[in-house]
Amino acid sequence: YFMLKHDAITFLACFLNILHHHMSLMASVLTFFGTYCVGLKQKHVGFEWGPGDILVYETNFKLQGPGFPFVHVVRKDEDIYSPILRKLFNESHHIFVGLQNIKDDMPSKNKKPQFVSVSKNYRSVIRACMEELQQVAGMCLSCYCVILFFVEAGILLLHLLDWVRLHKADVDEKVREVLQSESPTHHHAYWEVVISFVLQGRMDEARQILMKQANLQPASRPIYQLMDSLLQKMPIFNPGSTQTLTEFDVKWRHWHEECDRYLQDNSFASNRHLETICKILVGDEDTMLEHKELLGTWYHFLVSRLLFFHPTVKPSELHYYAQSSMDMFLDSRSAPEPLDSILLAAFEFDLHQVIKDCSIALNNWWFVAHLTDLLDHCKLLQSHNLHFGSNLREFLVLEYASGLFSHHSLWQLAVDYFDHCPEFGRVYLELQIERVPLETERKALKVLRICEQRQMNEQVRSICKIMAKRALSNNRLGSALSWSIRAKDAAFATLISERFLQDYCTRGSFSDLDLIDNLGPAMLLSDRLTFLGKYREFHRLYGEMRFTEAAKLLLSLMTAKIAPRSFWMTLLTDALPLLEQKEVNTYVHNAELQRPIYNCFSHGTNTVEHTAEEEV
Amino acid sequence: MFVARSIAADHKDLIHDVSYDFHGRRMATCSSDQSVKVWDKSDNGEWHCTASWKTHSGSVWRVTWAHPEFGQVLASCSFDRTAAVWEEIVGESNDKQRGLSHWIKRTTLVDSRTSVTDVKFAPKHMGLVLATCSADGVVRIYEAPDVMNLSQWSLQHEISCKLSCSCISWNPSSSRAHPPMIAVGSDDNNVTYSGKVQIYEYNENTRKYAKAETLMTVTDPVHDIAFAPNLGRSFHVLAIATKDVRIFKLIPLRRENATSSGPTKFEVQVMAQFDSHNSQVWRVSWNITSTLLASSGDDGCVRLWKANYMDNWKCTGILRGDGSPVNGSSGQGTALSAVGSAGAQSQNSVVGAASAGRYFFPHLDPPRAGSRLALLLPPPSLIEPTCETDHTHAHQPPQIRRRYTPALPTQPAEHD
Repeated sequence: YFMLKHDAITFLACFLNILHHHMSLMASVLTFFGTYCVGLKQKHVGFEWGPGDILVYETNFKLQGPGFPFVHVVRKDEDIYSPILRKLFNESHHIFVGLQNIKDDMPSKNKKPQFVSVSKNYRSVIRACMEELQQVAGMCLSCYCVILFFVEAGILLLHLLDWVRLHKADVDEKVREVLQSESPTHHHAYWEVVISFVLQGRMDEARQILMKQANLQPASRPIYQLMDSLLQKMPIFNPGSTQTLTEFDVKWRHWHEECDRYLQDNSFASNRHLETICKILVGDEDTMLEHKELLGTWYHFLVSRLLFFHPTVKPSELHYYAQSSMDMFLDSRSAPEPLDSILLAAFEFDLHQVIKDCSIALNNWWFVAHLTDLLDHCKLLQSHNLHFGSNLREFLVLEYASGLFSHHSLWQLAVDYFDHCPEFGRVYLELQIERVPLETERKALKVLRICEQRQMNEQVRSICKIMAKRALSNNRLGSALSWSIRAKDAAFATLISERFLQDYCTRGSFSDLDLIDNLGPAMLLSDRLTFLGKYREFHRLYGEMRFTEAAKLLLSLMTAKIAPRSFWMTLLTDALPLLEQKEVNTYVHNAELQRPIYNCFSHGTNTVEHTAEEEV
Repeated sequence: MFVARSIAADHKDLIHDVSYDFHGRRMATCSSDQSVKVWDKSDNGEWHCTASWKTHSGSVWRVTWAHPEFGQVLASCSFDRTAAVWEEIVGESNDKQRGLSHWIKRTTLVDSRTSVTDVKFAPKHMGLVLATCSADGVVRIYEAPDVMNLSQWSLQHEISCKLSCSCISWNPSSSRAHPPMIAVGSDDNNVTYSGKVQIYEYNENTRKYAKAETLMTVTDPVHDIAFAPNLGRSFHVLAIATKDVRIFKLIPLRRENATSSGPTKFEVQVMAQFDSHNSQVWRVSWNITSTLLASSGDDGCVRLWKANYMDNWKCTGILRGDGSPVNGSSGQGTALSAVGSAGAQSQNSVVGAASAGRYFFPHLDPPRAGSRLALLLPPPSLIEPTCETDHTHAHQPPQIRRRYTPALPTQPAEHD
């Protein structure tokens, strides 16, 4: 490569020397030189689409410069290869299908609980998946959960707490560590655990841990007892009870004031930890922010803040708190990340923004497709003034399902997704399913069944044809014949029947007797196949010594003229031993039947060699 | 996007074409070294070369697979002025054990007097039909009347296009409403001959191909052309690689009277036009469901284009020659970026830079220190926004995540 370049430049230098008087030509030389350099530098990239990947290779379409001997397999969607996510895809598929089967004409008040249960099911699948995944991915998935919460109208704060507990599960590990240590109360993480519990609203657990400390310090027992009673008394709204929200609010305010009073009169001044907890209970934001590392994220902060400041928050007010929590929690250095804006949009109930942000931020379509589908079923997309709701749903579901199709086993799930896309689902399925590799007969039958159930006749025919062709080239005649019968491919069946007859002529016996004996009406697909079936039947009758029937059949084969010409000689030879049979003799000598056989005889003998004729 | 694996193709010269078979389990490569290689994918995803043979006495431009209904059949075309048809035969069992297959030449199509620049099998509903085009401006359509005998090919049609032909594409539609149709692109450099894309349609009455349309707006050389899968639509979509990437919509106009024997007339619309390769475009190709278009140009990159559900086209990914994504462009991202601004959309036929900030599903990569969501983040290189107009990025070494890194031969520096 270097040599080539060097030579070329030397050559150019000489060339320039010769031409240096001819300035008028310089321009073109420079152009040439320029092109040459570009040619050297330029690498082109060729590519080829595959089912789940793209092949990329370096080439040069201008035919200059070196090539590069690699073909790279570039894959787009790697998530489908994750075994845990595969479980998620599998499980969510059932929920999706269930959702599609909710009847449209059902009164909407009956539908709502169903939608809520679908959403819950999605969440529990996500949850199960999270437990298996490392914490890393789990966090991301937990954000899916919060978005799903919003789909359900419900008791907001309870849901949020539930969500935060789910995603900040490391507290449970820490508490185990503390309790298993020799002296839990002196463990360095002791207070962290207590405060974490409080921040998550897990008061009973916080009290249990606190009691350990109280038991060891009889002197400060009163303030521990005071804190214990505060934590115990903290009102938690119970949606199942008869209590109204207003009643709860009055009760909560009363409790809040009580906490505030203790804080003001320095009841906890002797123990800074208890004082901190008390400050949290009255909703002191600065104190909460001092424990950023326990909160972890701005949305945890948001939830804790609401818990101790405004537990009866309405969904419509949430966005205000979300935005301010984020601003307070994040210092100016760290800009919000994509996930933050997704959550913010979710808190704002801007479903469309959520879908859009998720599509950009996440590299698979699982979440957006299912979310949009659910929203569409709840008729929530329309209420947000999107008139193209159903198109958006179909677009995303098609994308998700197409991704599944490139996977060697998940493609079967995708079929149901395509089934529920009224506009393009069918044609996408047709295009994708015919590309499913048919490595084995079993897999081919599986694909075939899916096509048959959907009356995809062209795909059915094509699959059978491919299998027939493959079997034939591997010399598996029986399989080739049965596939071509399934394909209703008369020409191919004729060709294979001919091969069977040829094989018979050379070997004197048939292969694949099971198949040929049981052709039934399929025999009528082509004349040659009919002949093959009937001729084999003749052999069977003959073998069973049913000579009269055999002779009748042979005769009808001769008269019906479906036997290939090349085969007539064989037929006549077959007739000879029959003529020697007594009962056949009487049958053949029946005048009515003599004419056709003689016709056949004369016709046949005209075409065969004289020696054969003499023999006959 | 990431490089799942790299295959050492072991061709002695430039690779000109790589072609997947219908099911994506085999591929064929062809090269200036005059050979074709066939590769088979094993169950663990590895590719093995199972055949390699000299096919022509010149550079092999293109290699293509027939539909598997016709068996394992390849066609190749070459600078040696011929096209050839190859069929795999099941050889001795010990060959199979050694992972080798036998390909035999069924026919050589010698009608062209110049380099045969492209070869394509027609859609299977037309039977086993093959089209070639050549530098002397002739498209030839051959047919194997007996699909069991591939050594018999008859030249059915010769279409004179007047301009040097570089590429052909069959319309894949199998709808009865659409007669067989083939589009031809010309790489003729002379801009005074306008209309470098011609569309020919088969006429049942005359039993000939007749010109149905010339895309007069395409005046620069055309190097590749590709009809999109039809998806049951009444119109056709055609992508063209010329000085930019163009996507045309061809809407058949209702005939004046049903008996008229002339070719179909079309209303031609430009659906999209992308000039972000900033240079000559060499290849265009659609994925199976035509939701993605890939193009490759003088900028040495493959670009992926995607329409959202409102038919707005955006670049959703850029790949270099080594398969690595450029600046983390990946994922489905921009497909939805026009969502929500339905009313405020410009009728953009030219889509320039698309910025696509990408965020990955969490991976098991080590966390980036200091981030609140450190554990969620992919490596930094992958979340930079794609910035196509910023050329400083183009010269940075690509940051790739590979699952498998082949031993790359050291290459001489190219910029000096």
